[in-house]
Amino acid sequence: MTGFEHRLDSLTGRPLRRRTLLGAGAGLGMGAAALSLTGCGGNAGSGGRETIVVAIVSNPQMQDAIGLIDHFRADHPDIDVRFVSLPENEARAKITASVASGGGEFDVVMISNYETPMWAENGWLADLEPYISETEGYDPDDFIPTIRDALSYEGRQHAVPFYGESSFLVYREDLFEEAGLEMPEQPTWDQIREFAETLHDPDTGMAGIALRGLAGWGENLAPMNTVINTFGGRWFTPDWEPMLNSPGVVDAVNTYVDTVRTWGQPGAATSGYGECMTQFNQGNAAMWYDASAMVSGIEDPRSSTVVGSTNYALAPVMETDYAGWLYAWSLAIPETSEHKQAAWDFITWMTHPDYFRLVGEEVSWEALPPGSRQSTYEIPEYAEIAANYAEPTLNSMENATQENSMVHEVPYPGLQFVGIPEFQDLGTRVGQQLSAAIAGSQTVEEALDQAQTFAEAVARTYGWEA
Amino acid sequence: MSKILTTLAWFAAFIFFAPVLWMVMTSFKQEAEAASSPPTFFFEPTLDQYRAIFSSEAGSHFLNSFIATTVSTLLVLVLAIPAAYALSIRPVKRTQDALFFFISTKMLPIVAVIMPIYVIAGNIRMLDNLALLIILYTAMNLPIAIWMMRSFFLEVPGEVLEAASVDGAPLLMTMRRVLIPMVAPGIAATALICVIFAWNEFFFALNLTAAEAATVPIYLMSTMTSEGLFLAQLSAASVLASLPVVIAGWIAQKQLVRGLSMGAVK
Repeated sequence: MTGFEHRLDSLTGRPLRRRTLLGAGAGLGMGAAALSLTGCGGNAGSGGRETIVVAIVSNPQMQDAIGLIDHFRADHPDIDVRFVSLPENEARAKITASVASGGGEFDVVMISNYETPMWAENGWLADLEPYISETEGYDPDDFIPTIRDALSYEGRQHAVPFYGESSFLVYREDLFEEAGLEMPEQPTWDQIREFAETLHDPDTGMAGIALRGLAGWGENLAPMNTVINTFGGRWFTPDWEPMLNSPGVVDAVNTYVDTVRTWGQPGAATSGYGECMTQFNQGNAAMWYDASAMVSGIEDPRSSTVVGSTNYALAPVMETDYAGWLYAWSLAIPETSEHKQAAWDFITWMTHPDYFRLVGEEVSWEALPPGSRQSTYEIPEYAEIAANYAEPTLNSMENATQENSMVHEVPYPGLQFVGIPEFQDLGTRVGQQLSAAIAGSQTVEEALDQAQTFAEAVARTYGWEA
Repeated sequence: MSKILTTLAWFAAFIFFAPVLWMVMTSFKQEAEAASSPPTFFFEPTLDQYRAIFSSEAGSHFLNSFIATTVSTLLVLVLAIPAAYALSIRPVKRTQDALFFFISTKMLPIVAVIMPIYVIAGNIRMLDNLALLIILYTAMNLPIAIWMMRSFFLEVPGEVLEAASVDGAPLLMTMRRVLIPMVAPGIAATALICVIFAWNEFFFALNLTAAEAATVPIYLMSTMTSEGLFLAQLSAASVLASLPVVIAGWIAQKQLVRGLSMGAVK
């Protein structure tokens, strides 16, 4: 040992070991090897197998599909399916970025009737008509017609629905009976307010009604827009004049905000779909107006304490015949996909009438993806379970058109959303203003004046001038 | 007085630890119990959530995270240690400018550059590729590692280095046998920070990976849903995701407590 090494030992408190250095070198080598190994990523198949990547929203019905994928694999041993499953907002952002920039990571994407017509117009989605017509037993006429129209561009389907929804009202039949109230098949907002006033009881923790207040174009704006529609309000006139502080909109928003502030659930300004669901499931709300997909939570004894004491009514109206919204989580193939046939084979499996039987038998009949095919409601096992809500769901969906649910003409598609690309941003900012009104930090009029200035900026890009 | 302080300290510790405890407790609940309001404190523990995770595709996410974290951390150390040496013990020209340049790369919000990175990655067909994450994590952690390592090098007494050169040790040997053992606690601390940042990194992983290269934070996200209950499953996944960091911290702690260059110069 040299003098130097001696001194070193006394400094570090342990003898020098060659192994330490060797170890460090080996670690680096391993890192380099890992780098070169992972360098061959991508979705190239091997040995004639094709790998498709499917981006979906992680809602319960989609999780069931992931759980059942072995059935697809058994029929298609040459197709390997990889899922990317994310919550709604993240999935939407990721899928939009990928499809819009031609990133090409995905072979199947889950989008809604908001994106489909816009993306089809941009040429980002494959036309599915040729695939649909060549698939035996697929029966596209079985899809609920309003949904099929909403997923078509120039009469050609560019996405197929996995499950669809409208909006309706759930109420506690037991509480209504106790109070001697009767819910009409299609209530008006005035009636809803009377019921809410009667049943609201803060002492027992019972809210008259649960309504969303959480800011977001897919959160508070969704139910609120159906109220705006039925009160005779609209976002834009056919020549793109913004109408957010016009009397129809002001009346509608005042009604909504006043209802939820007076008889709504606690913390309304931060309640989204999930929070409202929890309130209702825990027996803390007498009514709830929201997506018809709510039944999968409300009627599930594992998550709900009110199973058996609920009933359903159509979306509350004022000046229109109907007021329900229309939304469908659907599957589409981006133009960039290099595995379109395999992608379609997968889509066929997940949206075929046979899939519904599979879910019923393997998962449960309650778990059926609702609102895409009319034949779903003819399956005896499902019809029995869905006796309470099948009729209002189908009725709402079949009548969810602009003709039925709006007083005035508008230049955009959509009921609870404005079908323009700017709406994600515009809607969220308007939603924030309205959420602040629900929280009480500003008046409805102030919120709508601010919303109007946001809408004016968008309107200018469509050629409107003040 | 000291009793009150001790009680206060325990209380503060409990407040800080309570969310973690709650997460662990929730991971042993059924979904309905996890979502119940008011919360349930007494329940029949179940391993269902952990079983669900082990039967899912979580394994590939953990493997991806492990590779991305380990390789990027090793690369960072290999690059940062010589750089920090050149910026502290043998300062090169314009050291301050170089240091400022390194840290300035952290000043631009990632969200501002994600689209260009995404488009470039798409063009060179590197999307959903673990190598891309490794490069980005290395670049992301390098400035911090250089600054940290530099501060540790500055603590090394010059006399020790002089002694080494008097003993005839060449530069590489001095680095290998004097400097690095002396700053080992610093290396451990730096490595730990890099491991934590890389393991928990979410934004790049969310935007640049899909099925092949997705990491653990993406898996955590995928257990969440906007319709339906997920708290118990998410808690179980979070417990598993935290374990590697806890273990890394425990390993690094052994190095950290040894103290810096205590007693090196008498």
